[in-house]
Amino acid sequence: MDASYSWLKVYVPDLSCSDQELFDALTLSGTKGETWRRLDKNLEKIVVGQVKEIKQHPDADKLVICQVDIGTETIQIVTGAQNLFEGAVVPVVLSGGKVAGGHDGGPLPENGIPIKAGKLRGIESNGMMCSIEELGCDKNLFPESNPEGIHIFSEKDGLPALGTDGVEALGLRDALFEFEITSNRVDCYSILGIAREAAATFKLPFKKPVVEIHETAEKASDYISVEVQDTDLCSRYCARVCTDIRIEQSPKWLRDRLRSCGIRPINNLVDITNYVMLEYGQPMHAFDLDTVAGHKIIVRRAADGDKFVTLDGEERTMDKDVLMICDAEKEIGIAGIMGGENSMITENVKTVLFEAATFNGPNIRKSAKRIGLRTDASGFFEKGLDPANAEAAINRACALVEELGCGKVTQGIVEAGLPIKPEKRIPLEVDRINALIGSSISRDDMIEILNREEVKVEGDTIIVPSFRQDLNEMCDIAEEIARFYGYDRIPVTLPKNSATAGGLSWKLRVEETLRETARYAGFSQAYCYSFESPKVFDQLNLAEDAPERQAIRIANPLGEDFSVMRTISLNGMLTSLATNFNRRNKDVRLFELGNIYIAESLPLTQLPDERMQLTLGFYGEGDFYALKGVVEELLDSVSLLETTEIRPFGDEAKKPFLHPGRQAQVLLADGKEQIAAGYLGELHPMVAHNYGMKGRVYVAVLDLPVIVERASYDHRYQGIAKFPAVTRDISMVVPREIPAGDIEKMIRQRGGKTLESVSLFDLYEGEQIKEGFKSMAYSLSFRNKEKTLSDDEVAGTMKKILNGLGSMNIELRS
Amino acid sequence: MIKETLDEIRAKALEAISQAADAEKLNDIRVAVLGKKGELTGILKSMKDVAPEDRPKVGQLVNDTREEIERVLDAQKKKFDAAVMDARLRSEVIDVTLPSKKMRVGHKHPNTVALEEVERIFVGMGYEVVEGPEIEKDYYNFEALNIPADHPAKDEQDTFYIHGDLLLRTQTSSAQVHEMEKGRLPIKMISPGRVFRADEVDATHSPSFHQVEGLVIDKNITFADLKGTLDEFSKKLFGEETKTKFRPHHFPFTEPSAEMDVSCFKCGGKGCRFCKGSGWIEILGCGMVHPHVLEMSGIDNREYTGFAFGVGLERIALLKYEIDDMRLLYENDSRFLEQF
Repeated sequence: MDASYSWLKVYVPDLSCSDQELFDALTLSGTKGETWRRLDKNLEKIVVGQVKEIKQHPDADKLVICQVDIGTETIQIVTGAQNLFEGAVVPVVLSGGKVAGGHDGGPLPENGIPIKAGKLRGIESNGMMCSIEELGCDKNLFPESNPEGIHIFSEKDGLPALGTDGVEALGLRDALFEFEITSNRVDCYSILGIAREAAATFKLPFKKPVVEIHETAEKASDYISVEVQDTDLCSRYCARVCTDIRIEQSPKWLRDRLRSCGIRPINNLVDITNYVMLEYGQPMHAFDLDTVAGHKIIVRRAADGDKFVTLDGEERTMDKDVLMICDAEKEIGIAGIMGGENSMITENVKTVLFEAATFNGPNIRKSAKRIGLRTDASGFFEKGLDPANAEAAINRACALVEELGCGKVTQGIVEAGLPIKPEKRIPLEVDRINALIGSSISRDDMIEILNREEVKVEGDTIIVPSFRQDLNEMCDIAEEIARFYGYDRIPVTLPKNSATAGGLSWKLRVEETLRETARYAGFSQAYCYSFESPKVFDQLNLAEDAPERQAIRIANPLGEDFSVMRTISLNGMLTSLATNFNRRNKDVRLFELGNIYIAESLPLTQLPDERMQLTLGFYGEGDFYALKGVVEELLDSVSLLETTEIRPFGDEAKKPFLHPGRQAQVLLADGKEQIAAGYLGELHPMVAHNYGMKGRVYVAVLDLPVIVERASYDHRYQGIAKFPAVTRDISMVVPREIPAGDIEKMIRQRGGKTLESVSLFDLYEGEQIKEGFKSMAYSLSFRNKEKTLSDDEVAGTMKKILNGLGSMNIELRS
Repeated sequence: MIKETLDEIRAKALEAISQAADAEKLNDIRVAVLGKKGELTGILKSMKDVAPEDRPKVGQLVNDTREEIERVLDAQKKKFDAAVMDARLRSEVIDVTLPSKKMRVGHKHPNTVALEEVERIFVGMGYEVVEGPEIEKDYYNFEALNIPADHPAKDEQDTFYIHGDLLLRTQTSSAQVHEMEKGRLPIKMISPGRVFRADEVDATHSPSFHQVEGLVIDKNITFADLKGTLDEFSKKLFGEETKTKFRPHHFPFTEPSAEMDVSCFKCGGKGCRFCKGSGWIEILGCGMVHPHVLEMSGIDNREYTGFAFGVGLERIALLKYEIDDMRLLYENDSRFLEQF
């Protein structure tokens, strides 16, 4: 909401603070200032002058030499302007002064443009006569000014005295403020509302406009009748009729005031409705009464498919939820949004029907959206206006019609709709208010604050004026008290209740451990989006009937690329790796903690399963076994490594996005069974290609709900072995297809309690080994915690192990 | 007679020690003189020929000689050892300015750095950290927060809808309602998490970002407590000298409501490009929990009051680490991440 200092001062005449003070103080009392700017920025030494004489420049066809009377003296100015005449009264910037911009109306330079005396084609020039653009103004706001030259003051407006302040004469000694109004403060979408806040903030008198109308003997009700059929969408409709309308330019004070808030003056009638819209926050509409058939207004819903031509000449299609203003025969306006071409005001209008109404805010908002036509008026209505404001505003408009000599006002308002609700009453609970704020403000101070904002208190009862729709109960009153008492004056305390323990949830604690472990393993944390394109499933090589394709769709996504909630976490990781790959970053290692969203059924009718996934990915240095080591470290950090098995998938369960021969599943012990906790592997070369990456890429995914449930930070000290270990090495030739995991499993089973560790120290396939076999060598370490092991005992265990190897068709090498 | 022999042995030994070139040579002398078959040991062996009454005296002489030779031997050996050590150390000098062998530790995401700081501060003040779902029912995201069906806030927040009454939550405030519904009072919690709004991606917007919600409900909680708590939080997050400023604002689920600014932590409040010259930076929204919100979640609003606040994680990360483009947070370029 824009408001100029000068317009606010009309209602708070004693306002005398600086622009910055006004901006800061209103912000602190709840009317948040966004920006403010001086309208006279960089306008220096500008006076009113009169062109006395114009002569052709001897050496330049396009220049003239003017003698300009600036009150105290006459100065010579050379100009190229074409619109001057002898006697023209103009703004003149003197030598040593400044203007805000160039004549081209381009962006204004920060420090303006200094003007100095000099010679133009050999002739002395001691200043400059100014155009609207040079004064830093939008020429659109000065329709009365010649668009192609110097601004010439109009005789009709009363000429300013020569030598006086030219900036003042242009109405530019002013500042424009932009305020952010919160949705609860509908009353502050008006100059009056902001002025009321300013008066209360600075404890100054607030002077509302005095509205007096000298009605004619004719009755408005003889001209018009009003019927509201859909009172759910229109709670109030006020109509007044003005006769003997004369369309002309508005007086300068009104044009200046509209301009100060960035509104272009048009003519007296349009300017009045715009003025009242800004002043009262109540949009109005003016119909040419002679176009209103049957002199009757009916407010009702449109029918589906109705075509209607709005006053901008566009034909638009209505539906049954759009409210229309109709006469006895036809639709003449879209309620609260835009009038119709068929009833618009023309230069020849004789009698005007003014409308000020209260329409249902949400309905206007939705209708404007559906029709695709958002106007200044709909912007006001959609906030939900005060029904009592309509009458005040329409009266104000009619008073202005009289004041401006724009027409005559007939007797009375023709009204329809619902009765105006009585003023709300709320008990003044001084103790509860202080208890909520943590303050000790006296009852008298509370009443004084409320009175400042035109809220009356009678005894223990607060009487809420109709424009304060946001005040409904104690907490609302507490905020009023607090903000004018000053948020900064409220004490600073801490809650006085007993101490609470605080801490992370179990899930967050496990996540923190995994995050730190991943980081120490060289992985940096990535953040990825939760939604992605359904094309991702093809990119990941997933089958047509893959369960991952059962993704939750967003009804109103930003686009196809953000349209489904992810069911698998890999795309974000691979996209991030690919970004790094394309930017030639070396050896990139990333991890991500983020949810996937698994629907029980689609379309979604209940909350989905949100499963946190820990996703790891890297390219460059490292291989499958490096990744496997990281996965083991992660599981070890939450005491799960002992019960983890990493083994190949069965053929039918293989992940299609991973290299078929280089992938494994992570299984956790779950009672006597095992439960899937994730997978790891090398990315399928085709999928790597789909993401534009060359070389090997490794990924792992851990399904955190499974891990969080079983994670533990319990440790039991096992004792440090006191007796020596005995080691035995086994060297063997193994059929190639036997996985190392199977051999180790057998050795561990047969090794019994005394087998302390099994480690592979050599693996070889190649020339010296026969086709289809590999050479492997393990080092086994035995230890008894209670005593020194004898060679015989070790030999017995070794025999069992060697027998086991034999039964697996494994030959020993000597 | 024995005394002369002993003197002779000692003189010879000391001469040999003084001539010895290294520790090895000293060892040879030790063996030759003091060893099992050494000269001095030989004398002890011949003690049986000494008259019994002279034995203590002779024994004393032998021991004196032995001790003296040992003392000189040890002293000389120490000298040799020191020289050897010295030579070794001198030969092992390295260039400590050569590059290190990098230990590859990964990096925290700036969001996480900010989140961990916020969590640490509130956990220290006794807050629990809990989470709520990202896909929510309309009731939790809007209705139970005093945002009825036609409220303009529902449009303003540009919600992503899924189906029926399900949507992507637009604010972590939804977690407040879940916490209140548990029926355990008092409540002192923060809830971090991902939220979603239909904003196109640009330097200052992202359709998904993160918030941390805070909620305290107990008897006698005041707006002054809210101010005190957030003032403390700001000082811990941005430095002890930080000042806070509370401005009235409006949120449907709190009343009275406020926005909080902190004195600019780049310029200390003098005004710079970060605070756009104002000396203040807007950080969060807060207020006293609206009695309707308490009531809807089954809490007696005559007995209990509370405060709530919501802070944008990315906002803190961008400000604190001077990141000028929000897109960097979701690109995961390693050259960006490695700076945290």
